[in-house]
Amino acid sequence: MRCAVEIQGLTKRYGKLVALDHVSFSVPEGTLFGLIGPDGAGKTTLYQILTTLLGPDEGSATVAGWDVVKDYKKLRAEIGYMPERFSLYPDLTVNENLQFFASLFGVDVKDNFDLIAPIFDQLKNFPNRRAGALSGGMKQKLALGCALIHRPKVLLLDEPTTGVDAVSRGEFWDMLATLKENGITILVSTSYMDEAERCERIALINKGKILDVNAPGRLIEGLDQNLYNASAKEMYPLLEALRSLPDVRDCYTFGATLHVVTDDGFDLDAAMCRLRQGGLDDVRIWPAKGNVEDLFIQLAKNDG
Amino acid sequence: MDKEIVISVKELTKEFGSFTAVDHITLQVRRGEIFGFLGANGAGKTTAMRMLCGLSFPTSGSGTVAGYDIYRQAEEIKRHIGYMSQKFSLYENLTVWENLNLFATIYGMNAKSIREKADAAFRALGMESMRHVLVREIPLGWKQKLAFTAATLHSPEVVFLDEPTGGVDPATRRKFWEMIYRSSAEGMTVFVTTHYLDEAEYCHRVSIMVDGQIKALDSPEGLKRQYHAETMDEVFRTVAKDAKRGD
Amino acid sequence: MSIFQSLIKKEVLHLVRDFRTVTVVLVMPVVLLSLFGFAISTEVNNVRIVAVVEQHTDETVQIIDRLRSNAYFTFEGIVPFRDVDGLLRKGRVDAAVVFRTEDGRLQHQILADASNTNMAQTSTAYLESAISYGTGPAVVSHTLYNPQLKSAYNFVPGIMGMIFILICAMMTSVSIVNEKESGTMNLLLVSPVRPRTIILSKLVPYFLLSCVILTLVLVLSYTVLGLPFSFSVIHVIWVTILYVILALGLGLLISTLVSTQVAALLVSGVMFMIPVVLLSGMIFPVENMPPVLQWLTCAIPARWYISAMRVLMVQQLPVSYVLTEVLILAGMTLLVLALAIRKFNAKR
Repeated sequence: MRCAVEIQGLTKRYGKLVALDHVSFSVPEGTLFGLIGPDGAGKTTLYQILTTLLGPDEGSATVAGWDVVKDYKKLRAEIGYMPERFSLYPDLTVNENLQFFASLFGVDVKDNFDLIAPIFDQLKNFPNRRAGALSGGMKQKLALGCALIHRPKVLLLDEPTTGVDAVSRGEFWDMLATLKENGITILVSTSYMDEAERCERIALINKGKILDVNAPGRLIEGLDQNLYNASAKEMYPLLEALRSLPDVRDCYTFGATLHVVTDDGFDLDAAMCRLRQGGLDDVRIWPAKGNVEDLFIQLAKNDG
Repeated sequence: MDKEIVISVKELTKEFGSFTAVDHITLQVRRGEIFGFLGANGAGKTTAMRMLCGLSFPTSGSGTVAGYDIYRQAEEIKRHIGYMSQKFSLYENLTVWENLNLFATIYGMNAKSIREKADAAFRALGMESMRHVLVREIPLGWKQKLAFTAATLHSPEVVFLDEPTGGVDPATRRKFWEMIYRSSAEGMTVFVTTHYLDEAEYCHRVSIMVDGQIKALDSPEGLKRQYHAETMDEVFRTVAKDAKRGD
Repeated sequence: MSIFQSLIKKEVLHLVRDFRTVTVVLVMPVVLLSLFGFAISTEVNNVRIVAVVEQHTDETVQIIDRLRSNAYFTFEGIVPFRDVDGLLRKGRVDAAVVFRTEDGRLQHQILADASNTNMAQTSTAYLESAISYGTGPAVVSHTLYNPQLKSAYNFVPGIMGMIFILICAMMTSVSIVNEKESGTMNLLLVSPVRPRTIILSKLVPYFLLSCVILTLVLVLSYTVLGLPFSFSVIHVIWVTILYVILALGLGLLISTLVSTQVAALLVSGVMFMIPVVLLSGMIFPVENMPPVLQWLTCAIPARWYISAMRVLMVQQLPVSYVLTEVLILAGMTLLVLALAIRKFNAKR
């Protein structure tokens, strides 16, 4: 299978700070690929290199088969880019924005409207509203439409869902799934770990380094071993008590419960006993299913 | 009035012209409670929170925060609460200590108690060596802890946290929530908004705002039971899916 | 529609939608010209004076009569010497003349309130000439080019020098930096549009706006302010266009150097506006500045532009008299544009 994005040993430094540290991974054509990592992990820098806004210090990258340094002109016609913040003209209307971005790529809005028609389902009702007066979810849809209007081969989305509520985020990921069906390769970054599960493949990135790359299901394989849920009436004392137990490697909050990572020799019954003796009520501990978030916490911890 | 009720509002409403941003909300928060204030974008969370902080007056309805009336004693309220938001929290060009000192002084603490409390806080956070480092040079995770410390150094009755963990990595988010837990265990009331629904599970009680109204209010377990859901994420989707407004 | 047309259309839409700014930009030249042309005047009228006379003679009586009848003075009367200080302090009078007879010759002393330097200097000069009138050889002065000494003549070139820097440098840099801040510049840069097309599309609308304003200023100057109209207006126009291009280049250069709109405003305001006002010769004559400042003014485009405009608009001399100025402006333009375009492209 050909690769839509190929990154090899990419490094970028800002003075002393290493924003990207020998990053390598590839995105097969037609995949919905997630770049998962917290703020400051280097995601935006990576996007700026892939979109040719920034030159790398070391290493190389190709997007849609074009080198980001040598073939940047050809590359630019093949990608659709949505930066981190809302980056459209707030004083232009919905239609004016769309037409403007279409004209930049020398296409007509009509040519590719079929591609964005599902996204524009609601927006088409107010074509003459200024973009600045749209709601958050609508702005995001308009931005996506503008990034897609020239039918790019590769869609590069930098944290499109930051600050967006759960319902709008869900809708957004549904749209991405539809675009993938249309054969568009999508590289999307996010700091929401739960969104990782909607990607076919993900790369975990932290402090400029790629921690792991795989399908989300494969990545979390084997994570369930030695992972437990724990709950009690008073959660904070439980957290402190668990941390003081032998064989407990890590313990952290996880939704309604605590997740406990243990060594192989962990004795569940003995642990329960000690916690009850410590005066905790309603203590329960049971095996847990790990997810990307657990993985990230473990990887980030190993990384120091 | 019950001394254990720290926030109490009744039928609180805020209208901007013909637009009702907050539509008759009623809620009570107990001392030491972690209260999750959830809602879709544009549901009116920020407007409601501004009224509770004494920054804006309601159009109608009544309420008290930390025992002070939201109409008549807005200045008193401001003195007895702490506020931290993701967007504006610390001065990047001041050092860790200068930031803490500034905010504590604003809240009327004297130099001696600032020094004592700050020393204790630095020890608890393991930040003693960072005292004189500029805030812009410390990692995001530390900044958040520091912002929380700055918002709570004056031991407020309630601390309002507006999306305090946006964009932060999972490990740091968890450490942040441990700080919240500790403060709550010490009797501080925490009123928090977030887009991370797993964080909603950490709250003692949660309200979900849709189009200016509180559509659901209960403990996370209670809400999950009520909506036959496994997670708060499902609950939220069910409650908020009919939202008409965006921001 | 070509990419370029589309970019221009977008830029024009921004301007049209930002109606307030455009109004300010169009109204400002009119207000400035009227203010400087009519309201503000460096001529001094109604100087309030008193006289102290130790001993009345024919001569003092004659002089006081002249002062009384002079339109520039308001003669407040003859007072004892001890009152002069109090009157000056209280601001009741602006100057006092003391007449004393020593060795049979009349001596005079002028005491002027110099808290307003300009006023003090001018009134002293007036007084001197009024007092010495008729004594010594007669001086026939003939003021060329601006026979009525209208201050409007002096200010029109200055205001033009200021307005075009303001519109071109400030507005262009702010508009480009605005796109940098909002992130849309990145979207433009990652599209196949060539950077120089982006630059050009930013400059053209402000160039056109400047042309509109130039028309406005010229019409006002030649009608309301009554500057003498002649063929030299052609030269005024093309030298101004050169200056506008230079200012646009400066705006572009600023936008590549700063990353926030506030910084763009400050740099174009502090680095260009204030020197234009203070050092370009608009208010303080360059010739009166200390040598260091005089050298410094050489680096300020407005100085050369204003000086060329004085020659062309007020003196109405042929264009060959402003050759130096034009050549320097052209050189500056080339330099600034080359620098700006290199900086703009070097970002990658």
